[in-house]
Amino acid sequence: MVKPVELNLPLSVGDVRGLKAGDIVTLSGRIVTGRDRIHRYLAENRPAKEEIPFELSGAVLYHCGPVMEKSGDGYRAVSAGPTTSMRVEMYEAQIIREYDLRGIMGKGGMGEATRRALKENGCVYLHTMGGAAVYLADRIRKVPGVWKLEEFGPTEAMWLFEVEGFPAIVTMDCQGNDIHGQVEEESFRRFSDLIKKVSSKS
Amino acid sequence: MLKLRDGIVELYKKVATSLPPDIEDALRSALSREAEDSPAYSSLSVMIENVRLARDTARPICQDTGVPVFFVRVPAGLSQLELKETIFDATRIATAKVPLRPNAVDVVTEKNSGDNTGAGFPLVYLEETSGGTLTIDLMMKGGGSENVGQLYKLPIDELKAQRDLDGVRKCVLDAIQKAQGRGCPPYVIGVGIGAAKDQVTRLAKDQLMRKLTDSSKIEELAKLENILLEEINGLGIGPQGLGGRTTALGVKIGVNHRHPASYFVDVSVSCWAHRRGRLIW
Repeated sequence: MVKPVELNLPLSVGDVRGLKAGDIVTLSGRIVTGRDRIHRYLAENRPAKEEIPFELSGAVLYHCGPVMEKSGDGYRAVSAGPTTSMRVEMYEAQIIREYDLRGIMGKGGMGEATRRALKENGCVYLHTMGGAAVYLADRIRKVPGVWKLEEFGPTEAMWLFEVEGFPAIVTMDCQGNDIHGQVEEESFRRFSDLIKKVSSKS
Repeated sequence: MLKLRDGIVELYKKVATSLPPDIEDALRSALSREAEDSPAYSSLSVMIENVRLARDTARPICQDTGVPVFFVRVPAGLSQLELKETIFDATRIATAKVPLRPNAVDVVTEKNSGDNTGAGFPLVYLEETSGGTLTIDLMMKGGGSENVGQLYKLPIDELKAQRDLDGVRKCVLDAIQKAQGRGCPPYVIGVGIGAAKDQVTRLAKDQLMRKLTDSSKIEELAKLENILLEEINGLGIGPQGLGGRTTALGVKIGVNHRHPASYFVDVSVSCWAHRRGRLIW
C-alpha cells in the first residue's frame, strides 16, 4: 500500500498545489459539511463570512448528510459517508471562489465548471468512499458545532467535524487532471465499441 | 399488530445495519478479481470492513438509509389498511431507535417530516397471496443510486436500439455508462420491460429483490442477464467509479407483455450497499 499524504487542516494554497490526482491522503483537523440546501443558500443568499459561525477560508467542504445522535450537550456522528457531488455542480465554482475553499470532498467527481474553479482558485476535489459511512464516522472525533440546524434539519445543516486520519483520494487536482473524467472517457470508448458490435450482429 | 410492528422495527434494524449474505459474498469475490495495488481493491476492502463494523456496532452501513420500499404479500382476510398503518408506525419508531436518517421531505414546504413518514413515504406495495403466510420484504433504497436509474422508450435512434432484446441490452449499457461512479458501484441492476411506464419501473424494482444467485426462468433472459453482467464489467468503471473490473454484481430482468405500439424499458440501479431483507409472519 502507498503511504498516504497526511494533510493538516486548514490547507494553504501551497499544500494544495503540491497535490496530484491519484494521491491518497488523510485529513486531520476541522472540516465542514454542506449539501444541496447549504450550497443553494450560499450561492443565492451569499451570506457574509461573519454570518457563518465557522472559518471557511482554507477549509474542506464535505458533501455529506450524516446520521447524527444527541450525546450529552452536543452531537455524535453515527454514520457519515459522502453524497453524490454532481448535484451541486451549478453552485460549486462560485462557492469555491467567494468563500476561499481549498478542498471539496464528496463522491463521484464534478463537472467542467468546478474543474476550472479548482484550477483558478487553488483547490482540490477529494473523493471519499461512498457507502463506507461507519468506517468514516469512526474518524470523526468531535462535533464542535452546527449551523442552520433549525432551518434546514440535520441532513442539510452545516456540521463542523473534527476529524483524524480521514481517508480520501485526490481525484481532481488544481492542474486540471480529473480521474473521473479519464474513467468516463475510457468507458465511453468501450461502450461505443460494444454498441457497434451488438448492432452489426443483429 | 403490536408484535408485528415490533417485528418490522427489527427488520428495519437488520436491513439498515447489515448486508444480505449473497451481496457480501459477491463483494468478497470481486476483491479477488482486482489488482492488489489498485483503487478498486482498496475501495472493496474498505466496503467489506465497513460492512463488518456496521454489523458489529449496529449502525447504519450508509448514512443514506434511503426510501424504505416494502413489498408485502398479504393472506386473504388480513386488513391491508391496518397493515399499512402498522408499517408507518414501525417506520416512526425505527427512525428514532436504529437510528435512521429522516429522509421524507415535503415538496411544497421543503420541511423534513423528521420521522421518515409522509405522502407515499415509505413506499408500500401490497398484494394478496393465496397462502396463509404474511411476507414482508424491505429494501432501503439510497437516493444516489435511485437518481442514476433511467426509463427508455424503444426504439432509440442514437443507440440504434430497436424493439428487441438487443435494444434492451443497449439501454442497460447506456444507463450504466451514464451513471459512471455517481450511484456507488459495484451496482445491482434491475430491468423491467413492458407496456406502461408505471408498470416497468415497479417491475425493475421487483428484480432488485431477487438473490444474486437467481437466474431468470426464461432461457433467453437468463442468457441476457449473464451477457450484460460481463459487458458492464468490461466497461471499466469499477468500484466507486475509479476504474476496475467490477462495475456490477448482478443484472436481473423481468418482463410483462407489451402493447404492439409500446416497448418500455426501465433500468433501476442499486448501490453496492444493497440493503434488503424479509420478515415472514
